[in-house]
Amino acid sequence: MNRSSAPAGFKERVASVWLPVKSFLERYRRQSFAYPYVLWMALFVVIPIILIGVYAFTSAEGGFTLENFSGITNYIPVFGRSLWLALVATAICFIIGYPVALAISRMDAKAQRIMLMLIMLPMWINFLLRTYAWMSLLENTGLINRMLAAIGVFDWINAMHSGNPNYTPITHFQLINTNGAVVLGMVYNYLPFMILPIQSVIVKIDPFVIEAAQDLGASSRTVFRKVIFPLSLSGVISGITMVFVPSVSTFVISRLLGGSTNMLLGDLIEMQFMGAAYNPHLGSAISLIMMAIVVICMSVMNKFGEGEEQAVVM
Amino acid sequence: MSKELIRLVECRKEFDGEVVLDSINLAIKDKEFLTLLGPSGCGKTTTLRIIGGFLKPDSGKVIFDGVKINDVPPHKRKINTVFQKYALFTHLNVFENIAFGLRIQRPKLSEKEITRRVQEALELVALKGYEKRSVSQLSGGQQQRIAIARAIVNRPQVLLLDEPLGALDLKLRKDMQRELKQIQQQVGITFIYVTHDQEEALTMSDTVVVMNKGEIQQIGTPVDIYNEPNNAFVADFIGESNIIDGIMVSDHLVRMYGRNFPCLDEGFAPNESIDVVVRPEDIDIVPVEQGQITGTVTDVTFKGMQYDIIVDFQGFKWLIQTTDHSPVGAKIGVKIDPDGFHIMKKSEYSGLYGDYSSYSAEYDELSADPGDGGQEDE
Repeated sequence: MNRSSAPAGFKERVASVWLPVKSFLERYRRQSFAYPYVLWMALFVVIPIILIGVYAFTSAEGGFTLENFSGITNYIPVFGRSLWLALVATAICFIIGYPVALAISRMDAKAQRIMLMLIMLPMWINFLLRTYAWMSLLENTGLINRMLAAIGVFDWINAMHSGNPNYTPITHFQLINTNGAVVLGMVYNYLPFMILPIQSVIVKIDPFVIEAAQDLGASSRTVFRKVIFPLSLSGVISGITMVFVPSVSTFVISRLLGGSTNMLLGDLIEMQFMGAAYNPHLGSAISLIMMAIVVICMSVMNKFGEGEEQAVVM
Repeated sequence: MSKELIRLVECRKEFDGEVVLDSINLAIKDKEFLTLLGPSGCGKTTTLRIIGGFLKPDSGKVIFDGVKINDVPPHKRKINTVFQKYALFTHLNVFENIAFGLRIQRPKLSEKEITRRVQEALELVALKGYEKRSVSQLSGGQQQRIAIARAIVNRPQVLLLDEPLGALDLKLRKDMQRELKQIQQQVGITFIYVTHDQEEALTMSDTVVVMNKGEIQQIGTPVDIYNEPNNAFVADFIGESNIIDGIMVSDHLVRMYGRNFPCLDEGFAPNESIDVVVRPEDIDIVPVEQGQITGTVTDVTFKGMQYDIIVDFQGFKWLIQTTDHSPVGAKIGVKIDPDGFHIMKKSEYSGLYGDYSSYSAEYDELSADPGDGGQEDE
């Protein structure tokens, strides 16, 4: 009734500015906790990606060019090998990992914790060290070959061929510097990333849903095929993503276990930035193509999981 | 409704050394609606799971249609279950959920036959046109109907229902009770229903099995169970009861509060110590001078249809349901007709129930709390 109709005083003017700001802050208070991370992402993820884009489409002189991409055709075999080895490693991880995840999820809570810890245990050791360890195992004079020699495997093989004059006796198996060694390194390093997401999804399946399937006449095989596996798909997709993406871009594993002849995409890119072949423009173009391939692979994968919770893309 | 279909003989089950079922003997007739009723932890869900094949009894026999089926796994029994929390397949739509059992049948059913039977089942639960929906889009009541359709579509001989309405709100629960009874009569198969809700049991069942502490307390029709409870536990669990210490002076004459009351019961030893049950609705309030006994009103709660009043009779508090309002502190007399008394033999439950000293308005809600009703046997 007696409200003053005088022009707004200082207090009111401050309030007219401050109150909307305050209500904004209040409304977005939760979101504001994410700002540091958003800033981090912008600085160290988004800007570098933009830079890669810029480098990929420019020449050393600074002008626009598509030459970097046309130059890539020389490296098609590297792309092919990278994708192939990553695919094989992912498939092996899945074949080994799924049964393990299933078995773990059926254990009681305490055994599950112990098993998960054992699976995580290797990750406590530096990635590089673990890969070096494989090197010393697989080398021509490494632990495995020496052990095989000690139990007389090579003598036995050489003796089998003793009648053949063209035969050169062997002293070791070629283990290191093979595609097999690279795949082994990938499987060894990334297997936990397959097991963990699958296990975490299977554990959450309602046991009554499994009972319902049995109740409706499903044998344990049918229960697995028609209920457990479909319900675990989102975990499978996460697992595949988490193994495939690092496998396709790794350069440490291929460098240490694959030798100089088995170059992968990661090595190729690294060479363009750090190595003798210094050409960040070509490196950026390769990186862009690789990113595109990965995104396409993942979106295809996610199609399979539609209806379920979407898997992480990267 | 005559042939016997399932029989449990001396079934016993322990979990970690704790007896959850103690020598259960139970015969279930074909096409019967039988309810296992009892509080949390009474063994009702365990009994159901033994019939379904999800648990094996430690000892005793489960007989189905004359054949012992102790070792037959669930997927080979002609029994289907409606689970407490529906347990629908979230990766399949409504149609495929219902068709699940049909698709794994051997010999294979034709796609036409499957479609026909799924439609039929959907019609039965009044959800025609929902085939393509994802089950997560459905309300609780609709999910429950799908769970029922999914179980019934396989034409089992027996349908097990484990507190299927526990997660629904009161109004929906009442509707579903009626509907379930209709469905049972329509498809003409045996329903074995587990609940802790005595009203639900009385509304739907042909036979009620009252259980407590892993033992069967009473088996009977709803009317029998209500009117002729076997012991203080049953009398207290089914409806409201005032249970008073008494002496059976002779046939048709019971003594309590130092007074003889005429009643209809007979067949007890002269002067045998017994429990007297008087239902709150069987008590008439009369002026003090006309009362068989007199007491003081200590609490009045308006319940809509009636007043719940608590009356102190010489230190023992009774619950009386009446449409006449009596204020707190009023002296009243009561009169009980001979058919208002029910006499029970003394049991381990004597003296535990039937006193309303701790009665309060929240009492009903507490005892009706569905809470973890079905989880007790896990």
